[in-house]
Amino acid sequence: MSLEAGQPVVQTTTPKELVREPLVLNNRSLGWITNQVVGIIEGDMPKWWNIAFVVSALLAMMSFGYIGYLVTTGVGVWGLNHPVAWGWAIVNFVFWIGIGHAGTLISAILFLLRQKWRTSVNRTAEAMTIFAVVCAGIFPGIHVGRIWLAWWLFPLPNANAIWPQFRSPLLWDVFAVSTYFTVSLLFWYMGLIPDLATIRDRLRKNAGQCKTGLDKMINKLKQFLYGLFSMGWIGSNRHWRNYEKAYLLLAGLSTPLVLSVHSIVSFDFAVSQLPGWHTTIFPPYFVAGAVFSGFGMVLTLMIPMRTIFNLEEIITIRHLELMCKVIMATGTIVGYAYGMEFFIAWYGGNPYELYAFKNRAFGPYWWSYWIMISCNVISPQLFWFKWCRRTPWFIFVVSIFVNIGMWFERFVIVVTSLHRDYLPSSWGYYSPTQVDILTFVGTFGLFLVMFLLFIRYLPTITIFEVKAVTPQADPHTVEGGADKVKGGGN
Amino acid sequence: MSKFAIMAEYETPAEIMAAAKKVHAAGYQKWDVHSPFPIHGMDDAMGLDNAKVGYFTFFGGLTGFTVGMTMQWFMNKFDYDLVVGGKPLFSGFFAFPVSYELTILLGAFGSLIGMFVLNRLPRHHHPLLANERFADVTDDKFYVVIECEDDRYEEQATRALLENTHAVHIEMVEDAQ
Repeated sequence: MSLEAGQPVVQTTTPKELVREPLVLNNRSLGWITNQVVGIIEGDMPKWWNIAFVVSALLAMMSFGYIGYLVTTGVGVWGLNHPVAWGWAIVNFVFWIGIGHAGTLISAILFLLRQKWRTSVNRTAEAMTIFAVVCAGIFPGIHVGRIWLAWWLFPLPNANAIWPQFRSPLLWDVFAVSTYFTVSLLFWYMGLIPDLATIRDRLRKNAGQCKTGLDKMINKLKQFLYGLFSMGWIGSNRHWRNYEKAYLLLAGLSTPLVLSVHSIVSFDFAVSQLPGWHTTIFPPYFVAGAVFSGFGMVLTLMIPMRTIFNLEEIITIRHLELMCKVIMATGTIVGYAYGMEFFIAWYGGNPYELYAFKNRAFGPYWWSYWIMISCNVISPQLFWFKWCRRTPWFIFVVSIFVNIGMWFERFVIVVTSLHRDYLPSSWGYYSPTQVDILTFVGTFGLFLVMFLLFIRYLPTITIFEVKAVTPQADPHTVEGGADKVKGGGN
Repeated sequence: MSKFAIMAEYETPAEIMAAAKKVHAAGYQKWDVHSPFPIHGMDDAMGLDNAKVGYFTFFGGLTGFTVGMTMQWFMNKFDYDLVVGGKPLFSGFFAFPVSYELTILLGAFGSLIGMFVLNRLPRHHHPLLANERFADVTDDKFYVVIECEDDRYEEQATRALLENTHAVHIEMVEDAQ
């Protein structure tokens, strides 16, 4: 073939169009989304819900029983001793507070970054945040020993005319965690308002179908409660305008908040002089680890939930895949931080620092270090493979590893740094007692009790936000009615 | 029973957007668009300006920061000045984390309260809440509501205006009070 003048050398080609996977599968209608999500609350809960609730409630009661034992007996019932004076209580506190971070990342940071896929998962993730912070808040409260004096943590006037000492990072933590809980709750509640109104209106429409007097009374009571908390929401556009602005501002406030909370948690360690704790890498490393662990927990909860309640078309495989990518990215950051800690320990030339790190990996607690490395550094790397990111049961297994690994990370940081003091005569080996272990196990019960109640009574998907990202909600698409209007809806 | 407003129902966002533009062009003031989710571009179609929630957030945040700094100065330098570890009694650096958290805390309360105040919520007795058909507003229907109190409201003309749009249903909303 010879080239003629004026003919382009490279023939113009049309690249294959990449189709983006839809956020709601099968082009479902707006009404379908309402039915699917509110249907969970309106229908009877499956049998497993009752079983799971009873088991979780028993676990939670066990935890409170052990806390009662601790309070009436003293902290001697825990495995704490010199030199390990911070044990499981602090490990569990940091573990639970870290879990929460995924919820805020999804609800706030991904909102600011305009990641529309967040809409399907943000409600559940935010709920998880709040419940995790509740579990976290228990531990600093009980580890003070004399729990009836825990209120001294807050700047309240007292009979001794003394005030808290604000130069301590432990007090910064009090403010960080209580702010985090309150703001997460406000943000979550605000997102719930339009959805509570949806439930209220459906209850009103269904009131005619109530057969017995009892059904009618329950319907009335529910209408009253959902109506009360929906604040008389009528979907007015003048309201939406302020609502969206307030939502954006809350997202803008939650973003620096979530980054600061785990930074301040890390200050609890980093501001001390202890080799293994006194490092500047702690704040970013803790934040990345928190997001990593939180996404692990989100997936642990969400994978069974989407299957049981037939939400696969709203929480799609694409959503799971995107969350796996976040896990992979933050897991890699965490792995980098582990490596960098070692490098600086060697490069910094401080023999105590170097010893602390060698002791971490090869000392008496070597097993916890290597559990941490295999769960946090190796397991998320599997998500480089597409099959691994798109197979729910496999993701579930990895998410469990992430949860385990991140608990061990905090154990490694707290215990291995403490158990060998500067003086070899005060070295010791810390082991938890039955009370330590079962109190912690019980907090999972508390967490699940709250989560199960959430599934039972509140919409697990943000209905109005999911609707807003469907093509039916866009006035410029055929699904949104653009072809019916002159000028295509512009 | 008095007449509250005239209400027109639509099935798609594009149709209600077109209707909203017409109502806005006709110069109505006391009217609103109701939808199950915020519709992109509706603020422009209705001729609404920027929301004012930011002022509440700003003053909330400012209050939080001031309270944080003042509280720590008062407690650690003024009222109970105890030297700990040779550190200064007050410094903006150690006082920053707590003030920062309080900025966010009160800023968040400001945003939520600002939203409620500007929206005049909670309001549990709105005439629209008593309307049977309007219950679909939180599901999949869209409504234009023009209040009878509007200066330009005339029963025939306003109804004609709405009939000229893609409304599937038009009705009067009664106020029971």
